[in-house]
Amino acid sequence: MIVSRTQKAGFSLYAGLVLLVFYFPILCIIVASLSKRRFFSFPYAAEDMTLKWYADALQSPQVADFVGVSLRIGAVTAVASVAIGFFSALAYARYRWRGRQTFQRLVLLPLFFPQSVLGLALLMWFNFLDLTTAWWTAAIAHTVWIAPITTLIISIQAYGLDESLEEAARDMGASRWQILSKITLPLLMPGMISATCFAVLLSWGNFALSLFTTGADSALPEWLYARMTSGYQPMVPAVGVLNVIVAIVLVIVLFGIVRWTGRKARRAAPSH
Amino acid sequence: MSVRTPKKTREFGPGFFGALASSPFGLLMLFGFVAPLLCVVWFGFMPPKTFELLQVPTLQNYEVIFNQTYFKSILWSLGLAAVTVAILLVICYPLAFALAKIFKGGASFVTYAIATSLFVSENIRLFGWVIGFMKNGVVGGTLAKLLGVQVDSLLYNVPVIILGMVYVYLPFMLFPLTLGVKMVPDQVREAAFDLGANRWQVFKKIDLPLSMPGVLIGSLLVFVLSVGAISEAKILGGQKVVTIASDIESEFTYAQNWPLGSALSTLFIALTAIVVFFALGRFDLEKLLGKKSNE
Repeated sequence: MIVSRTQKAGFSLYAGLVLLVFYFPILCIIVASLSKRRFFSFPYAAEDMTLKWYADALQSPQVADFVGVSLRIGAVTAVASVAIGFFSALAYARYRWRGRQTFQRLVLLPLFFPQSVLGLALLMWFNFLDLTTAWWTAAIAHTVWIAPITTLIISIQAYGLDESLEEAARDMGASRWQILSKITLPLLMPGMISATCFAVLLSWGNFALSLFTTGADSALPEWLYARMTSGYQPMVPAVGVLNVIVAIVLVIVLFGIVRWTGRKARRAAPSH
Repeated sequence: MSVRTPKKTREFGPGFFGALASSPFGLLMLFGFVAPLLCVVWFGFMPPKTFELLQVPTLQNYEVIFNQTYFKSILWSLGLAAVTVAILLVICYPLAFALAKIFKGGASFVTYAIATSLFVSENIRLFGWVIGFMKNGVVGGTLAKLLGVQVDSLLYNVPVIILGMVYVYLPFMLFPLTLGVKMVPDQVREAAFDLGANRWQVFKKIDLPLSMPGVLIGSLLVFVLSVGAISEAKILGGQKVVTIASDIESEFTYAQNWPLGSALSTLFIALTAIVVFFALGRFDLEKLLGKKSNE
């Protein structure tokens, strides 16, 4: 498409503006996290700047506990939802079967469902089953919501799968299981790695599901919410900023993987 | 056994493997989605203020709901969600167009910059607005310094709640819209321009209809997410507006009336389900995920 220079400049300006507004709250948190005063007020003098709250946050055993709970939930969720997502992506994108179209719609259902209600429903269900809610019940809740997302991400890769490779392996006498583990699984690996990153990240930031399903354990977003609604506390912005930094690092890793696999695929493309 | 001998496996149709591969997901959904929802629906028919599931069903909870003012919070939720969708469509369409058609290298930068926010808990991001808008906050402080105007807290009103919702759900509108706009072939647009159509005509007759799947998915996603929103109204809105989700939450927490909360949830689920099924039946998902036609 031919794009004039003014058009491009106009759209760039607009995109820049949206990004600026979009990142405004995060800038605010950074500003607040560096203020020495117990009650934030803006603007503050340069000598009122401090990194004290970061040190506090990093040393606080309480915060470490919440991070631990969040990480445990994230790890279990990622493993479970990627394992499930691998198979359901095959059912979604690769195999042709009668229930496929229905399945494709059902996969989306949990995503189109309000999370707070899903969290409550799970709370009642666990209560009915006499399970005490703890971090692992939250991991189940997260998996219900994230497995559809990993399915979609791996499906995108599965759509691009070269079926002739599987057929060649079959013609050479490979069993179903061999084809799956030696051909399909390695070929879908990039999709599964990015799905893992997505799963960890989404679980890390989730609040609505954790709120109802963590029981006595408490995930990091829950703690932040409790502190935010009960009055201002200067450590909260610092923890928030640290949280953002972790997310950004993970996104850069994700970006690197996407670039790397893309380049690898392009290099491999002429060979077959 | 048949798995080991390749020739025999062909006797299972591909349908068998499709069903087999979908079964872990199916089991997860049965245990973690269908069963809990049935549990909620059933609990809605239990007598008020009980925690036991095995009692004589009653319609008492629904009577309470219809005799009280819960419809107000339902209307608030629906209204806020509808306004959010409308504003996001206007904000995101030009940006989606730029991402899909105009930017080249910059598109992935913008995409990643916005996608990153999805991984930061929405509470933290909303809290940023609180710091920005509170008394002596970033906005108020800047205005006082530059213009000498004293601004009170800008928080706790309806426009701020809407701002929060627009902000939190922007990615859910932007990304489907971008996919949708990508589906509009350049040649068709150029042909229309060559034949003398003006910008508005091209937008109305070409861009909008051809990107409709993206518009629909984005709107639907944002609508469903924001109708169940809870933090925006609580963090930014104070007690100004009570949404249906926070009504439900308080029945489960403060009021300890699980059956009433369940009945409210059931009504709420039914309302969203009607909207979703109505809209989901109207488009082809496979087209949007980047596959021309697999059959």
